[in-house]
Amino acid sequence: MEAALLVENLRAYYLMRYFGIVREVRAVDDISIEVQRNEIYGLAGESSSGKTTFIKTIAAAIRPPLKVASGRIKYGFLDRDIYDLSPEALSAIRWKHLSYITQGSMNVLNPIRRVRQSFLDFAFRHIIRSKREFFKIVDGHLARLHLAPSVLSAYPHELSGGMRQRVAIALATICRPEFIIADEPTTALDVVVQKSVLRMIREAQQEFGSSMIFVTHDLTVHANIADRLGIMYAGRIVEEAPTREIFHNPMHPYTAHLVASLPRIGDATLKKALSGAPPSLADPPGGCRFHPRCPLAMDICRQVHPALTTLAANHRVACYAASPLVKPGAELAPAPGGIRAANP
Amino acid sequence: MQSLRPRPVESGLRTHETYQLNSDLLTVDHVTKVYSTGGVLGRTTFAAINNVSFSLQAARPEILAIIGESGSGKTTLARIILNMIAPTSGTITFRGTDLSRIHGRRGRLEFMSHVQPIFQNPFEAFNPLKRVDRYLFASARRFVGLRGRAAHEAAADRALKQVGLSLGEVKGRFPHELSGGQLQRTSIARALVSSPALIVADEPVSMVDASLRMSIVNLFKSLRDELKVSIIYITHDLATAYYISDRVMIMQKGKVVETGPARDVLSNPQHPYTALLRESVLSSDDADRR
Repeated sequence: MEAALLVENLRAYYLMRYFGIVREVRAVDDISIEVQRNEIYGLAGESSSGKTTFIKTIAAAIRPPLKVASGRIKYGFLDRDIYDLSPEALSAIRWKHLSYITQGSMNVLNPIRRVRQSFLDFAFRHIIRSKREFFKIVDGHLARLHLAPSVLSAYPHELSGGMRQRVAIALATICRPEFIIADEPTTALDVVVQKSVLRMIREAQQEFGSSMIFVTHDLTVHANIADRLGIMYAGRIVEEAPTREIFHNPMHPYTAHLVASLPRIGDATLKKALSGAPPSLADPPGGCRFHPRCPLAMDICRQVHPALTTLAANHRVACYAASPLVKPGAELAPAPGGIRAANP
Repeated sequence: MQSLRPRPVESGLRTHETYQLNSDLLTVDHVTKVYSTGGVLGRTTFAAINNVSFSLQAARPEILAIIGESGSGKTTLARIILNMIAPTSGTITFRGTDLSRIHGRRGRLEFMSHVQPIFQNPFEAFNPLKRVDRYLFASARRFVGLRGRAAHEAAADRALKQVGLSLGEVKGRFPHELSGGQLQRTSIARALVSSPALIVADEPVSMVDASLRMSIVNLFKSLRDELKVSIIYITHDLATAYYISDRVMIMQKGKVVETGPARDVLSNPQHPYTALLRESVLSSDDADRR
């Protein structure tokens, strides 16, 4: 079966020029992932680990100083690389085939227009029908997501944060997109609302058979929604496995720490904290980027970065200490032809 | 007892003449805060805090977690305890002194040296154009009354060492040069400069990265155990509240619905709202249930 999304050796750098000195910030450094059809792929990482840059690059929303240095991004619904599309073709597939749910739903909805207008703005040009038919489709869609039709005539400020997030999900799924990118969709919500919004995302994804990349730093959210998890650290994926496997058998020391330090009700034993802080992407440490904080660091970790290596079925790890089978990674120069811009 | 005498700032020493050490640290007695909106006609009122009472003992430092959803009045309560806003009715007593009787700059500074806040977002708490060490020095000057660069630096260094940093790491740095964890530690150190008896921390870890969160939470534990500081920990995260707090208070729409020892309340909730919160907490065990 063909994958819904195939990312190969993606590198995206921020190029900054100060007085003639060029500095690169390697926010996404050699990431390869594959998202299967009908799968929710969870991406976990701390702030400044490159999650948002990764999302921007796979959605082809690239603006200077962000540049894609190399890599291929292939969606199941497209016959070619997303970077080979013209701007017009790109905006035609956005929302219809590829849509996103963002963190602050209030930023999506126009604050001075009713929700009805936002539906028109976002989706009308993708569903070419008469207005009456269009709103029939919208009503049916809202009913399927258990939302009252009255939300259409409300202004965003009249809705609670949870309702606005649900409306944003309804907006993102109205065209039954093949692929949905969800960037921290529940972070701003309260615990009670968060659980019901997660359930709604899962139901919508199953109903429409979409594939999804779900980004959040909160591992307990991933435990509830993701089928497979990729853990990012300083611009690289350090571990990737099915969600259960990540929680029961984490192989990378960073993942193991994150899982072990999750506080839970009923357990008040002392949790150890990791020393140090995540590195700056402008000047990452050589070799494995986790080695300055790693309790298991060896000599080789300081010199050559470990490649993401398949150690068990569906389980990839980038750590020499996890297994002697892990191969050193190649430090590739940017692809020939230089750094390419967003839209050729 | 009613008037706070100005403290002798010149000596650089703190006096506790007006604050009684043997009474309760903090007593919140039937506090209500009502906000009203609208004009003369069509006025609507809304109780952000509705008849809240609790107290903290001076003899036994503890971490009290105040838990609730957004809009439950947790932050309003924190502001009232910090004497930033006055309650509509009810009294708050800190070491025997009614907060509404604190007047004037000296009285306020003296109170602030005993009760210190920690804010949610360390990136917003510090001015990006100002070096972070300035905040520590200013606290040493205003709240402790120290004079001279050397004395300020010594006080700042002592406070930073209590949070696992040192002045060398922070001196001359701007907020963007420090990580979120370091900044939040610095803001805790700033609060510790005046050796407060009570710290009010409003969502102190919700903006801190996952790998650094536990170090901040563990720090609160050690502040309680080693420096004997009482902490009011405001959060919506039940899991960390269970982990560090001694007592919890669950708030819903301005009212306290359940209070008691943290382990008992969170393991065996009595009020339906607490049970709902408890049910909604996501856990890593959910990965097995799906």
